[in-house]
Amino acid sequence: MTYREAVRAALRKALRSDPRVFLMGEDVGRYGGSFAVSHGLLDEFGPERIRDTPLSESVFVGAGIGAALGGMRPIVEIMTVNFSMLAMDQILNNAATLRHMSGGQFGVPLVVRIATGGGRQMAAQHSHSLEVWYAHIPGIKVLTPATVADAYGMLLAALQEPDPVFIFEHATLYPLEGEIEETAELIDLNRAAVRRPGRDVTLITYGGTLGKTLQAAEHLAGEAIDAEVIDLRSLRPLDTSTIMDSVAKTHRAVIVDESWRTGSFAAEVSAQIMELAFDNLDAPVARVCSAEVPMPYAKHLEAATLPQVEGIVNAARGLVPRHG
Amino acid sequence: MGTNTISEPLPVDREHALFLFREMLRIRRFEEKAAEMYTLQKIHGFLHLYIGEEATGVGAMQAFTPDDAIVATYREHGHALARGMPASALMAEMYGKATGCSHGHGGSMHFFDASRRFYGGYAIVGGGLPIAVGLALADKMQDRKRVTACFFGDGAVAEGEFHESMNLAALWKLPVVFLCENNLYAMGTALARHQSQINISLKAQSYGMDSSSVDGMDVLAVEAAAKQAAAFVRSGNGPFLLELRTYRFRAHSMSDPDLYRTKEEIEEWKKRDPISLFEVRLRDWGLLAESDVAHIESEITAEIDSAVRFAETSPVEPVEDLLKDVCARVKP
Repeated sequence: MTYREAVRAALRKALRSDPRVFLMGEDVGRYGGSFAVSHGLLDEFGPERIRDTPLSESVFVGAGIGAALGGMRPIVEIMTVNFSMLAMDQILNNAATLRHMSGGQFGVPLVVRIATGGGRQMAAQHSHSLEVWYAHIPGIKVLTPATVADAYGMLLAALQEPDPVFIFEHATLYPLEGEIEETAELIDLNRAAVRRPGRDVTLITYGGTLGKTLQAAEHLAGEAIDAEVIDLRSLRPLDTSTIMDSVAKTHRAVIVDESWRTGSFAAEVSAQIMELAFDNLDAPVARVCSAEVPMPYAKHLEAATLPQVEGIVNAARGLVPRHG
Repeated sequence: MGTNTISEPLPVDREHALFLFREMLRIRRFEEKAAEMYTLQKIHGFLHLYIGEEATGVGAMQAFTPDDAIVATYREHGHALARGMPASALMAEMYGKATGCSHGHGGSMHFFDASRRFYGGYAIVGGGLPIAVGLALADKMQDRKRVTACFFGDGAVAEGEFHESMNLAALWKLPVVFLCENNLYAMGTALARHQSQINISLKAQSYGMDSSSVDGMDVLAVEAAAKQAAAFVRSGNGPFLLELRTYRFRAHSMSDPDLYRTKEEIEEWKKRDPISLFEVRLRDWGLLAESDVAHIESEITAEIDSAVRFAETSPVEPVEDLLKDVCARVKP
């Protein structure tokens, strides 16, 4: 099963089991979803529950908030994270604030799925990784499923949350093959995952760069550097204990993050390591992020902008003393 | 103004007329007290007064049942009072107290009351409209026969969220009554200086939506128009835009020096003060005596004094609870 099919399977399961659940967004119905995630769902569930919207991000996200307030469990799809900027007023000023601003009277159980990330030559208005802007906001959850199992499980778990959940699906992951566990219990959204155990250096990443980071770890193994790979899975809340436990063991950390380096999520993780594990560090925390440029179209320029395996390997190598 | 001819029935019965009069006066006196307390630095932040616009909120609110939802703006004291929220909870909110209608988290601009389906004051102009669309969508999808009343000002008409919301509500035939309180100014910018088309109700036509305009200084006219709009929406015809033409007598907020309009213009509008206008008509119709006004005033004074005492003596939320309602403590 692909990542795309896993999201679809979770949508189908939710739509079948809970009459309050519905999906809305641009071209989720007749078109089948711009990434074909919702292909076939219109035929099965009809236009009331698989709603094609106008190109009006602000009102369809706001309507998701209102429908959640009104007792529904909406899932809103935003075609790409750059488009989500058009809905930022509703997200920041309403979705994230309503519970607190109302003194706890109103919750917004809304799930928003957003395609994110570069690597497909979509240039500077379809390719950025802006998860960190969302992770900045108290009152919401920010998930970044990097595996097929998480694409399935995290969406179902998100639908059980009483507060807004934003799920960032890196667009290069949709064809990824993997397995889901349909009978598994709901995923704990507060936990990071160690995707590869190791002793020498901790590589911390999330979403679209997990694959490259695991490749880098394999490469490092060939140089007798045993890298541990942590998949954060959730940026808010952040599972700091899994990070700190690993750093206590390896004493070195590299953070791999597709966002721009300045103010990146990597910067936040780095600061947390400094605050919570300074005494455990044998080397400064390193970051591998995107170059500070609007995403270029040309393949070689885009590749040079994004974190790559070689850059991750070099960053890790720079922290680990040469074996004698 | 002439006397009523005996043959024509009065447009309103005495009990209801006195109720409308009292509601408008209550809002006026409540806000005068709020302004006083702001000057005394008991209330802080922004304070946007509704004075002059009471007939719109009071008249319109008569069209909605307790089952309907209300979405309002940052100038929402009048809507909250007209919806039945206690003056004490509103005053305490402005004092930043735990007993406030939003536990002191919202202040003047963000009143909420789940028990009265009052979904809040929104302080991003136009930001409440998509919420109203969503509430109506939830009702439609769950086959509920209720409607959502969405108040906003003429300033919101310039926002993209107005146009997106009008379009989606009309496209999906959602039960929203859009109530535009046109007080002619978006903060300090006159309608004609920010809109190419100043006839706001006309804008509904481009969405295939029905609309009308009404004199927002005439509480009975507002009530009748709002009831007509709500009945239209309740019958499953889709949304309706009602423009309420009104005027704000005070500045935009307590910090506004009001430099963008003339004193003459304000004085001219004050001649159409909705409370005075209604009072004259009621006296004319023989529905209101001097003693009635005195009685109503004294009851309102007692209510507002009591609200102030409540706010003054209420506890604040403990700082330990600062983060309590950022996220839910338990899953539903």
